[in-house]
Amino acid sequence: MSDIVLKTENLTKHYGGVHALQEANFELRKGEHVAIMGDNGAGKSTFVRQITGVEQRTDGKIWFDGKEVNFAGPIEAREAGIETVFQNLALADDLDVPSNLFLGREKVLFNLGPFSILDRKAMRKATEAALVRTAVKIPNLSSTIRHMSGGQRQCVAIARTATFASKLIIMDEPTAALGVQETAQVENIIRTLKENGEPLILISHNMRQVFDLVDRIVVFRRGRIVANLRKQDTDGNDIVAYITGAKTGQAELQAA
Amino acid sequence: MSQTSHGIGGLSYDAKKRPWPAEFNVFLALVILVGAFELIGRVFLGDSFLFNTRENVDAIFNEQRLQIIILQVSIVGIIAIGVTQVIICGGIDLSSGSIVGATAMIAMSFAQVATVNGNPNPKAMFIAYGWTDLPVIVPLLVAVGCGLLAGLINGSLIAFTRIPPFIATLGMMVTARGIAKWWSKGQPISFPTDSFAAIGKGLMPVIIFISLAILFQLILSYTRYGKHCYAIGSNEDAARMSGIKIANHKVLVYVIAGILASIAAVVLSSKNLTAQAGMGVMYELDAIAMAVIGGVSLSGGRGSIIGTVIGSLIFGVIISGFTFLRLDAYYQEMVKGVIIVGAVVLDQWRQRRRAIGA
Repeated sequence: MSDIVLKTENLTKHYGGVHALQEANFELRKGEHVAIMGDNGAGKSTFVRQITGVEQRTDGKIWFDGKEVNFAGPIEAREAGIETVFQNLALADDLDVPSNLFLGREKVLFNLGPFSILDRKAMRKATEAALVRTAVKIPNLSSTIRHMSGGQRQCVAIARTATFASKLIIMDEPTAALGVQETAQVENIIRTLKENGEPLILISHNMRQVFDLVDRIVVFRRGRIVANLRKQDTDGNDIVAYITGAKTGQAELQAA
Repeated sequence: MSQTSHGIGGLSYDAKKRPWPAEFNVFLALVILVGAFELIGRVFLGDSFLFNTRENVDAIFNEQRLQIIILQVSIVGIIAIGVTQVIICGGIDLSSGSIVGATAMIAMSFAQVATVNGNPNPKAMFIAYGWTDLPVIVPLLVAVGCGLLAGLINGSLIAFTRIPPFIATLGMMVTARGIAKWWSKGQPISFPTDSFAAIGKGLMPVIIFISLAILFQLILSYTRYGKHCYAIGSNEDAARMSGIKIANHKVLVYVIAGILASIAAVVLSSKNLTAQAGMGVMYELDAIAMAVIGGVSLSGGRGSIIGTVIGSLIFGVIISGFTFLRLDAYYQEMVKGVIIVGAVVLDQWRQRRRAIGA
């Protein structure tokens, strides 16, 4: 149990009559990178939203970092150490890189409530360190996010998760809107995270990317986990078969 | 700001190609405007707009004109400091002019003298209670209290009932004007104490305006409050996901705007030695215009107090330039309108061009 970072048991979410997620049992170990795949509406994002406290689950239990958790909101999840890179980037366009990295948890020199004086030097230094650690290349820290390419924005969003000693990073389709080079840049960051032993859940539709980056692949279909395969035990055709339902997994068989 | 040509991770960038601050463009516009008036003055009137031309005065500049330029925008400028923060935060405040009216009436009634030329003050509101010749701190606290309350109502409506800022502050605009008229049943309130009258005397409005501008520019640049203003105006969802308490912040922003409007009310009524229910009409729009001319983006997230101060000077230069050219006051308003729209069009155009360049 000690090396399990995240564990869910019978995680279930109903939206009214829609069973978006049913009895999902999931485990993630220290340093492990796991991909979540599945068709649109298969329950991938729903699964992530229950873990990160964005929504409240209908049923089931979640353990994180050895403790059972009930996050009331995404901020609690983040404070516990779960960092999420959202599909729609949670960045402020008119702020520079350090300001975005430290958004909502600024370092301060003097604490004067809302008028606390910011420690801009310390935030800049920590930003540089985080960018080096994640091997993110940003030409100019003081230019605003507005002036950056999609890839650079995504890199900033990812570097933010690495700035704070996070225990789990979740990325929801981080390269969906990126070009070839930018995708490569983001994938390099993910490899760096792997080398640093930081656990990751990656939601992706990109088969090549998944096989390149992760250790294990979990397939969702119609709100259920239908496959949980180590990378070396499977291949692209196999995964596609699970995603489309041509091949049915144990979870579905049990339910039937 | 490092001067290195290498960024993090070894990517090179051209430090010279960094976009210059938007305030620089606004300042350039101010210089061009002054230059235009100077040129027209020299050619058509044989007089200088900026420089001293009188033999009996020993000065380089026409100091009187410069003083008037800044003095006539100081009071609206104080309001614009608050409005700037509201707009940066993604909101709008239409109520500041009416808050000026209501606050001026209420505060002035606590700043009246008991006797005028040996007779009882005919305008004194609270003479029956003996609330006359009160220390100046009383009307000041009353004024700040009015502004704070108005801002608190504005902010709470916007933050907690989630109605658009336009509607919430429009409601306050109408209500506060009503209060201003109701307070003394439309009668002006006059004869303030000497200490109250000293607040708006001479160049005091300018000093107050510039001090407040510096204070709030520092707050916007160096404090968490400032950072969160830009963050919320830039991307409210991102700010919320980052754990910023949006509602609290918005209430604070509108409270600050309300208090600044009430300070403007004190300065204005002190300068005029009277308070009238119609005081501050249209000030909210002038303040918004100053901010917009100064490069504050109406969609939020961009702008600065420095920009707004330069914007207010542009305002002042236009008004006094038209007087200098002996043009009718009617033209001022028309040109003001054109400049407001022009500033927004220019800003949009610059943003688009920059987005393509990036």
